[in-house]
This record gives sequence, structure tokens and C-alpha cells, in this order.
Amino acid sequence: MKTRLLTGFLSLLMPALVLAGEYDLTVDRVNIDTGDFVKEGIGYNGKSPGPVMRFKEGENVKINVTNNLDEMTSIHWHGLILPFDQDGVPGISYPGIKPGETFTYEFPIQQAGTYWFHSHSGFQEPDGAFGAIVIEPEGREPFRYDRDYVVQLTDKHPHSGDRIMRNLKMMPDYYNREQQTVGEFFSDAAENGLMNTLQDRMAWGDMRMMKADVEDVQGFTGMINGMGPDQNWTGLFEPGERIRLRFINSSAMTYFDVRIPGLDMTVVQADGNNVQPVNVDEFRIGVAETYDVIVRPKDAQAYTIFAESMGRSGYARATLAPEEGMEAAVPQLREPARLTMADMGAMHGMDHGSMDMSGAQDMSEMDHSTMQGMDHSGMDQGSMTMSEKGPSDPFYAKGSGIVPTAANGGKFLSYADLKAQDPLYEDREPTREIELSLTGNMERYTWSINGVKYEDADPIRLQYGERVRFKFVNTTMMTHPMHLHGMWSILDAGAGEWNPVKHTISVAPGTTVYMETEVDAPGQWAFHCHLSYHAAAGMFRKVIVEGGPDATQSKAAVATEEGGDA
Amino acid sequence: MSRIRSFVAGSLLGSALLPTAVAAQEMIADTSSRKQPLTSWGVQFEELEYRYSDDDEELGVWSADFFYGTDDLKVRWLTKGEYAIEEQAYEGLENQLVGQVPISDFFDAKAGVRFDTPEGPDRTYAVLGVAGLAPQWFEIDANLYVSEEGDTSAGLDAEYELLLTNYWILSATLDATVAFSEDREIGVGKGLVSTETGLRLSYDLIDRAFSPYVGVVHERKYGDTADLAEAEGGGTEDWFAVIGARIAF
Repeated sequence: MKTRLLTGFLSLLMPALVLAGEYDLTVDRVNIDTGDFVKEGIGYNGKSPGPVMRFKEGENVKINVTNNLDEMTSIHWHGLILPFDQDGVPGISYPGIKPGETFTYEFPIQQAGTYWFHSHSGFQEPDGAFGAIVIEPEGREPFRYDRDYVVQLTDKHPHSGDRIMRNLKMMPDYYNREQQTVGEFFSDAAENGLMNTLQDRMAWGDMRMMKADVEDVQGFTGMINGMGPDQNWTGLFEPGERIRLRFINSSAMTYFDVRIPGLDMTVVQADGNNVQPVNVDEFRIGVAETYDVIVRPKDAQAYTIFAESMGRSGYARATLAPEEGMEAAVPQLREPARLTMADMGAMHGMDHGSMDMSGAQDMSEMDHSTMQGMDHSGMDQGSMTMSEKGPSDPFYAKGSGIVPTAANGGKFLSYADLKAQDPLYEDREPTREIELSLTGNMERYTWSINGVKYEDADPIRLQYGERVRFKFVNTTMMTHPMHLHGMWSILDAGAGEWNPVKHTISVAPGTTVYMETEVDAPGQWAFHCHLSYHAAAGMFRKVIVEGGPDATQSKAAVATEEGGDA
Repeated sequence: MSRIRSFVAGSLLGSALLPTAVAAQEMIADTSSRKQPLTSWGVQFEELEYRYSDDDEELGVWSADFFYGTDDLKVRWLTKGEYAIEEQAYEGLENQLVGQVPISDFFDAKAGVRFDTPEGPDRTYAVLGVAGLAPQWFEIDANLYVSEEGDTSAGLDAEYELLLTNYWILSATLDATVAFSEDREIGVGKGLVSTETGLRLSYDLIDRAFSPYVGVVHERKYGDTADLAEAEGGGTEDWFAVIGARIAF
């Protein structure tokens, strides 16, 4: 049950009339039916995904979360700016919510846009414990739409999260069914020559790395709003309407390439923050990211929302249609992606200085000459050159095998296209840089930062008021969606003061990506790769923000709030 | 309210523009399971099979491995057996309990004990070994054994999996044993003792949990060991047709 209370209270810092809403969530064991299989999982208010939480900017929310499980739980409000003890990470924000207990979250909503929430305990999130958050802005939005839908993606797997983790530890390729086979050897040999193919296989075999290592966990059913491809979630529209689709990737492990054949998409928001509109045919949504797009179907026909996994091992599908029951053609999956030696780039200690996107540097003029000159330990340069003819995107290694391309040959969204509509912060020089190497060993399924797993790591200490430039150097062959809690991640997309403000930054293999953070939230926060099994294996840090508004002021603020709610 | 949050202007102004209800709560220490080393376990039967030899001998054979532990330390129980169905006797029965620690990106060191309790005399060995993934995807397990009699020997197991498809897998195995001294009581001569080579074609029927296979296995004894076997009236070479399943859970 959702009740909204309107209570006015006086505050020194806020307008006289403040919205306050009270919401109830229960955490329950549920059955999840993907159409392919039924699996017991965890949901909210009896369902997975949970309800769409609709808040209003400026509202003070009170959310009562009752744990009906027989284990601890937690809810993290992904992307929301709030006091650290409301952030919902067990061991960092608070101890968690015990079985049978109700925990009441209370925090002011200081932002607008599309976000989501999920459990931060164990593998409850992959098991289904997530939902969407939609925050209505105080003011007018810089774009128009007639209706909006949440399009929440997930990669539901028939195995529980615990079992997946265990299987990955036992056999890291347990779920990889896109490995290179004898057949592929011969087809590659026919295409590139026998010697080239043999040398290529030997070079990878020498590193004990797999070109096919794009998706760790395959065998899932892609779902949209809790419905599998055959169950076909359908959003209705009247021809000519503008529809805002709020894409949220709540997957445990899967990046999706999203397109709606027959419709142009205008990206207007990324990770809850408005961006200058970009028209695209397709976009890649990393795990935990959100993108809001506007589409305007003019004809009274059905359109397929097709979300193909980055490794092409599965897909999610939904439909936009004028009436229930209509459907459009569902595209075929494209060929599985293959990594190239370029994606291994940083593993050989290469300096990706050329990936530095600071200032208003023109991407197309970026110098990638170091890439071509590097020694690939016996790798045949002939086959390198071939891959270098492929598509390019400054956020992928030059010659990378996983640079996305639009299925219709059109425009594919790049991070380089994202420009803030209304920057949240003044642009200023960072006070210091912190380098974070994203590290791992696929054959042991260990994942870490700077070679140290969370269990052995000291916290990252930041000072309140500083602006930190984080340098992510991805030395692994996997793409990592890095998520800093509590403070915004300003992605260095080369747009200076217009750099987009995000909560999750995807770092492709063999690349260096920078983000800056205005350290404006005291307390302690989680900072981790949002791939569930990478985070659990150790690619995780605690960030402590030292200093900031002093404790007496804080107490006063809390007291005022509580007084007002009574 | 301004959407620009400036810290250049000082935190006082910043906090006035943006009232954050900072709770006066303690920053807790992370004692959650996430901060603990991830503990895992697994059970794998690399071989669980019925063997039929070229001289009509029937064997039930397994080679399995149970592990429990963290990235830094695992305990592993390896068990191998060859049961002669007609004789109702174990031709071979070997159990190893080892601790395993990583020593490089791809290799672990192992140390522990091995108990051989087949039909006939028993042996206990100290085990020291390395196991891991060699370049070009060869899985290697090399061990040094010292028996309670003081005899030393070494074993090398190598395996290569060829993916015909992502479900049909042809695996080639080679196990070789070398003895550095004779242990006549258990029929081991000095030098190369024996090899077992196998070729198995499997199909992953249920994930990688259940993969039935068929294959051929060749066992051969060499040198003094072969002579000892012949003196006992046994053979020195066997071909087997095998049918079985790889199991992992």
C-alpha cells in the first residue's frame, strides 16, 4: 500500500511547504516466470521486479522496508543522492535489515529522473530484488512527451546467484557457450589463411585468454519489466505520440545493445541526468546504467524493442503497439562478439595516454599511433590490421572487437556523444588524481582493484570539498561498469563543462577512462564494479569522505526533520 | 534553487544551498560477509566410467575431486579408483588430501598425503605438486610422491580439451608415472612405470554438470614394471572401450 501524506513543516533551509511521502515495501520470496523457466527468487511487494517508486523532487520520503525473508536484506537506492546511512549497503551504510524487521529509510529527494533500487545483500539482486524509481522534477523538463514507460531490463538466470558464483569459481568458463570451436578455426582459416589463424590461436593460447570472453554468465533469459521474450511486455501508444522510454539495466552481468527497428530514438537522459538530445539508432546500456529515450511512432503498427546482449548470447524483447496483442518481427541475434588483441592492450603495460579525453580535444584527431606500434607477443600484425579497419569509438580500444555498431548501419550512441543539458557543478580543475587499475584473473575468477581484492583493501579516503579525478585503467578483458555511491561521477567525455554526470561509468577492456567527482557527501560509501559476480569476487572498495558539515549541524538537521514529520 | 553546486566558494555556501540531512551516525566497520574471503566448494568427477578391455576385463573407474576453500587456500580431496568387476577387487584405490595455494597467475602448489589402499599392500605417500593451466590450454597436474618405505616417484597428468562445438568436447588425457626407486611389493620398477592415454568424446547434456561420454583408453606398463607384471602372469598393455559421464556440481 502506498500512502502519500502532505505535511508542511518549517525548515530553515527548505521552502515552507515540503512534500512528504510514506511508502511501504516488503521483501518477499517470489516465483519468477520467464516464459522459459520458473525460478524462485526475491522480489518486492510480492513481485519481481518490484513496484515503480514514483517520487517528486523536493519531497521527503519515508520508506518502510519489511524483510519477510529468512536472511538479512538491504535496499540501495541506486543513483540517489542521500545521507550515507540511508544508502543501504550492509557493512558500510548500516548493518542491514534482519529477518522480520522493518527498517525505515528517510531522506530528501534532491534530484529528478530515472533511477532504480536493489538489494545490496549477497546475490539477492541477481535473484530478482530490484525495482525502478521515477522522480518527477520540480520544474519543467527540456523535452516533451505524452506518456512514459519504464523499460527495466534484466538477465534472469535459471541458477541462483550463489550457485553461479560457485560454478564460476570452479570453472570460470562454466557458462560460456560462445567459445571458439574447431569449426570456427576452419572458417577463420578459410578467411584469413591457415597460418594467420594458427598464429592467432597460439597468441591467445599463450596468454591463456579467450577471445570469446565477452559474457561470463550466459544461459539467461532477457526480460523487460519482468517479462521474457515470449511473454512480450507491451507498451501502448497512439500514433503520433511522443513516448519516453526509461531504460534501466538491472542485469546482474549483461550489457544490452538496444534498438527499436523502424524508430529513431532521441536520448535525453543518462543515469538520471538530462543530456543534450542525441538521435541514435541503437545504444549500449551497461549494467546499472539508465538511458531515457524519446520515440515518436507515427504509424499504427507494432514496433519491437530489441535488446541484444553484448556477447550476443541472449536477448530481451518487448513491443510498442497501438493495441494489445500486436507484434512486430523479432530480429535475429548477430554473430557472437570476439575480443581482439587491442582489447588486451593494457595488459601489456601499454600507456593509453592517447585515451586521455581531457579538455575539448577532438576525438577524431586522437593519436592512437601507440596502439599500432605495440608488440603483441607474436601476434600476427596482418590480422591486427584487419580488425583496425572496423568501427571505432574513443571509449573502446582502437581495433577492439566489441565496438558496437548499429544493426541498420546507422548511428550508435557513444559516451562521446553525451553532453550535460544543465551541468550540476561548475567546471574546475581537479584537486588530485587517483588511479584505479581494474584487475582480474579470469582463470581464477578473481576480480580486484589495483590487484587487491576488497577483503584485503584499505578504504579510499577522500576529503570533503575536493574534486577528485579518477583514472580507470582496465587491464582485464572484460567491460566493467564502475559505480560510485553517494556522489556523482562526471564522465570525462571531452566536453569540458558539458561532461555528462553519471552514476555508473563503463570501462571497456584495454582502455583508460577518467571521471571526476565533487566530494560533497560526508560519510562512507561503496565503490564497485556493478557486475554482481565481479563485485562479490573483490572488485569493490569502501570510500570514506572525511570532513564536511560538522556533526552538531547534522544533528540539528535530523532533529528538525523528525519534528516536522510528527 | 541553483543547480550549480560550487565548492570553490567554500563548503559553507555549498551546504546552505544544498541542505543535506547528514545523520550523526557512526561510520560502521564492514564486518559483512563481503569483507570476508569468498569461500567456495565444488565436486568434479573428471571420470566416472565403465571400462571394457580387449581381453574382456571389466572395470568401474572414477577420478574425482572435492574442494573447499578460498582463493588463497583450498583443501582438496582427490580420489581415484579402478574396480575389477569380475574379481570384485580394487586394482587401484588412491585418496589424496592436499592443501593448495596459488604460486603464480595460473598455477597452484599442493602438499598433502596420499593413501593407496587397493587389493594387496597399502602405501602412504607424502605429496608435493603443482597444478594449473599451461600455455595453449593444457591442464597440468604434476606431483612428487615419497612413500613410507622411502621410495620416490612422480606423476604427470595432462589434459587438453578440443571444442568440436560448444557442447561436443573431445578431451585427450595423458597420465604418466615415473619411479626413482623400485617398490617390488606393489609391482613398481625403477624408471618409467606406466602411462594411461585416453580420448573421450563428451556432450554437455545438463550445463556442465552432467556430460556423458564414450572413449578409448590405453594403459601400458614399461621396463622393470612391465617385467614384474609379466612375472606375475599379468599383461603389460590394455586397450579399453569406455562409457561414462563427467559430473560437476
